[in-house]
Amino acid sequence: MVEWQFTLLLLSNGLLIGLMYSLIALGFVLVYKATDAINFAQGEFVMIAGFVVAVALGAYGAPLWLAVPLGLAAMVAFGFGLERVMLRRLIGRPIIAVVMATIGLAAILRGVGPLTWGAETKPLVLPISDEPFILGPLFVPPIQLLGASVSIVFLGVFGWFFLKSRKGIAMRAIADSQQVAMAMGINVERYFALAWAMTGVVSALGGVIWGSMLGVDVHLSLVGFKVFPVVILGGLDSIPGAILGGLIVGVVENVAAGYVDPYVGGGTKDFAPYVLMILALMIRPYGIFGKRIIERV
Amino acid sequence: MLSLNNVEVIYDGVILVLKGVSLSVREGGITTLLGANGAGKTTTLKAISGLLRSERGEVTKGSIEFKGARIDRLAPHEIVARGIVQVFEGRRVFEHLTTEENLVAGAHVQPDRRKVQEGIARVYEYFPRLRERRTIQSGYLSGGEQQMLVIGRALMANPQVMLLDEPSLGLAPMLVEEIFAIVREMNRREKLTVLLVEQNAALALQIAEQGYVMENGRIVLDGPADALRENADIKEFYLGLTEVGARKSYRDVKHYKRRKRWLS
Repeated sequence: MVEWQFTLLLLSNGLLIGLMYSLIALGFVLVYKATDAINFAQGEFVMIAGFVVAVALGAYGAPLWLAVPLGLAAMVAFGFGLERVMLRRLIGRPIIAVVMATIGLAAILRGVGPLTWGAETKPLVLPISDEPFILGPLFVPPIQLLGASVSIVFLGVFGWFFLKSRKGIAMRAIADSQQVAMAMGINVERYFALAWAMTGVVSALGGVIWGSMLGVDVHLSLVGFKVFPVVILGGLDSIPGAILGGLIVGVVENVAAGYVDPYVGGGTKDFAPYVLMILALMIRPYGIFGKRIIERV
Repeated sequence: MLSLNNVEVIYDGVILVLKGVSLSVREGGITTLLGANGAGKTTTLKAISGLLRSERGEVTKGSIEFKGARIDRLAPHEIVARGIVQVFEGRRVFEHLTTEENLVAGAHVQPDRRKVQEGIARVYEYFPRLRERRTIQSGYLSGGEQQMLVIGRALMANPQVMLLDEPSLGLAPMLVEEIFAIVREMNRREKLTVLLVEQNAALALQIAEQGYVMENGRIVLDGPADALRENADIKEFYLGLTEVGARKSYRDVKHYKRRKRWLS
């Protein structure tokens, strides 16, 4: 293959995969934006969603149109429940309390998931072909195209929600000051629950898409690790940041894998985004689109 | 209309901040609550608006009644829905939201979209300067504009009672007069009841008709504003005037302490 074609292929794949990272990062951003909580269990949310859908499809033979809404409903309920049972009690505590709680939660979910549904890798088959589309020099697997499209739609929907809708404005108000939001009659706890439920929606979609690409087992939760470089690059509380960060991470890991792996024998894909993340932290700690602290002088 | 009966507030389960405060706010009037730093004025407002609990404070004795119903056990959003809204001191805008988004956020208890638009128009009528700044991130507004915005934002909830905490803090005197004039205008035109907390006693007693003076978590003086303006102690301690109208000098500090003892 010609050199420029190879590069183009790496880029296009990187962008598509990157959009799928953006979708998962969106779940993280939604929660951080509204509640200031850093969710270290984002990858595990995706894994649980994958399990629910894969088991509904495989073990119970449910049709797809039933299994996917089931996964969505399960994750929304999970988000609501989690907020009610665990996170509401941590409101107003130091941020480290929430961080540790979600790290603990992640470990629990990684145990409970396989324990409940079995440790073997389950297929999550979507009714689309494996044959890549061939567009000139590009090979595009249909699943990636589907994943990227779903990502774009939901990034758009949630972006609009935050920017324009009254509920979105209320959520941003809460992010600026919970106390003042309360004084304006905003029921802060209800919005926290809503944010976690929205993360549930995004995680369910991520679970279906990533599950169908990788298969569903405990390793599916590893996609969560890609969230951190994405949100640090883009800005922890920014939806455009999640998009751009995702695209950058997708491209960087693909290009790194394509050009560096042949010399070092593989594995660059997993750490290249983190190198970038550390660089980003040194140069622009609030990310590309992150919220800056406003100081009037 | 709004009354506090012997209210006691304790923070963190141990710190007694209000030691039996009673006051009543007349419907349609402006009532002012005066006092030095740390007297418990802001705590009194937060007890009314239900925001104490977010700071681990609690009304442990007494009751707060609004239009005949007890409100001291309600959540903040329920109290706003009943028509009482608090404006914090220190111009607490949602700084990453634009001016207009701040107003929309303030109308959160208003379900009707059209009424929200009407509300925004009404705020711009009172504060024309905010209209020019509608798309600016409110964190970048000037201090005076931010104070106007937080008052306008509170008006968006269509309140019957507005609890105003030190609107004069850190603003230029001319701006303060402008804002006070608008508060009086809102009071008259919207029949808005105002409970005004101030350290600037001279200004507050000018627009209020009823006043209370707090010290150390207690009400130590109260009465009609003009009577308070003429009260020798108020003149001396809050307006900084001696009986002949000259400024007080430090030579008389001892005298100040002696007089103040019976006040607290």
